[in-house]
Amino acid sequence: MTECPAGTTVTPQPVIHAAAIRKTYGRTVAVDEVSFDVQPGEIFGLIGPNGAGKTTTMECVGGLRVPDRGLISVLGLDPRRDVYALQERIGVQLQEAQLQKRIKVREAVGLWASLYRKPVDGDRLIEQLGLGDKRNAWFMTLSGGQKQRLFIALALINDPELVFLDELTTGLDPQARRAIWELVRGIRQRGKTVFLTTHLMEEAERLCDRVAIIDHGRLVDIGTPAELVRRHCPERTVIMVCEDAAAGERFRAIPQVQSVTIEGLQLTIRGVGSDLVTHVIQCVAEHRMRVNDFRTELPTLEDVFLKLTGHMIRD
Amino acid sequence: MLRGLWKLTWLEIKIFMREPLGVIGTVGLPVFIFVVFGRVLGSPLRRASPGVPRVLSADLPILASFVITTSTVLSLVAIIAIYREGGILRRLRATPLRPYTILTAHVLAKLLFTAVTLAATLLAGRRYYSLDAGVPLVSFALALLFTTVCLLSLGFLIASIVPTARFAQPIGTLFLYPMLGVSGLFVPVASLPPVLQAVAHALPLTYAVSLLRGIWHGDGWSAHIGDVAALTVMFLLFTAVSAKVFRWE
Repeated sequence: MTECPAGTTVTPQPVIHAAAIRKTYGRTVAVDEVSFDVQPGEIFGLIGPNGAGKTTTMECVGGLRVPDRGLISVLGLDPRRDVYALQERIGVQLQEAQLQKRIKVREAVGLWASLYRKPVDGDRLIEQLGLGDKRNAWFMTLSGGQKQRLFIALALINDPELVFLDELTTGLDPQARRAIWELVRGIRQRGKTVFLTTHLMEEAERLCDRVAIIDHGRLVDIGTPAELVRRHCPERTVIMVCEDAAAGERFRAIPQVQSVTIEGLQLTIRGVGSDLVTHVIQCVAEHRMRVNDFRTELPTLEDVFLKLTGHMIRD
Repeated sequence: MLRGLWKLTWLEIKIFMREPLGVIGTVGLPVFIFVVFGRVLGSPLRRASPGVPRVLSADLPILASFVITTSTVLSLVAIIAIYREGGILRRLRATPLRPYTILTAHVLAKLLFTAVTLAATLLAGRRYYSLDAGVPLVSFALALLFTTVCLLSLGFLIASIVPTARFAQPIGTLFLYPMLGVSGLFVPVASLPPVLQAVAHALPLTYAVSLLRGIWHGDGWSAHIGDVAALTVMFLLFTAVSAKVFRWE
């Protein structure tokens, strides 16, 4: 793609191209005909419950497993044939990985740095990830969040173009989780591409530019979190506290409204379409209603998941 | 390619030193056994008097060597199992480290500890067991390291098969000690029942005992070509099989 006719937009070469990959363990189909592209500079999330095939998919893409069928290209390389060339250019954080109990933070980073041709400054990386005062601590003495930060440091030591993060925040408390999200956003800011898996819908929604929903090894849908919500859960809910006795009737007259429930002074208005809220506000203004409280409830990826798969993600 | 080998070996040595119990078990125990036997039996040791079994008189250094080697092999089996179960092997494998680099680093670290233990045992046992009788120490050290490498490959085979770290130590013990029983160290192989003799000839320890004993008592290497060949063949076999069946996670 060195030449392109003037006036046409060039779609950048995807960082990851996966086409119809399939992987079975005995009779269990772990990954079934999964296809997706990951674009440069985005945070792409593979989301689904535990056992959905996320990790297997990621490991196939990262060259740690060989799929039975399908085509995978990562940074223009074949992860199976060129695994060692690929390892120089990617960073990996694996689910439930550990290090030697008594290895020091500094030693682990030093070891990793010695394995790559062009490592970044390990001491600076330790500082950047907030592990400066844990430099000489043994791995076994680190907290869950500190361990994950160390694993992120190890994944970044070779200044990779693409970073794999598998269930990065599982088992962390909310505060540590938020801190890790900031770090991941920082990775994207440095121009790198992030490919992650998570079973936390909130994490996917807040962190990912695009997500692929995967369930029982099959890819269910793919898009930005907002797109997926719009496509599968167009329902909107407005909840307000209003003293106007005729409010219920007036809201029911709006074509997009499907139902209005009244409990005392509180009205719950349910409808479809992104302009439902606008119509409700217009109605309030038109009739000069006195509104004491007003809030909207938007569906989340959690709702999308429930709708697409028929079950909750955590069960 | 051996990128990272020295760094990893050095790290593994340091990490091992940080675990006091492991060091005591690997280095301290053989020295302790050697010294205790020496103290209890005193001078009869040196004279090989009829009241003392051969294994505690003439063969005491050989016995001590096997205590060293056995604990080395067992600790390798345990460490591989723990690394696999903890996901450490999985994490190391996702780097440019080649699998054999990781395993070689462990073998080198273990060999170093074997050499240190051997030296410590000889130093501590000097008072009870005279070394002046023209014992070829360098040859013996080489023979012991060679033997240890062969037995470590057996350790790898065991480590490849055991399912979890909890089983590693008992299964390793189950393999190694019976082998020691028929190896000719306690009872000459020739005086064993025919079935056990056949078993003995299929096991590496029998050749290891023959080699170490011969070298210690002044034989040349040429007298033990057969032992060296048998151990080499077994080393290659064990390595090939464990490379095939080795599980990283």
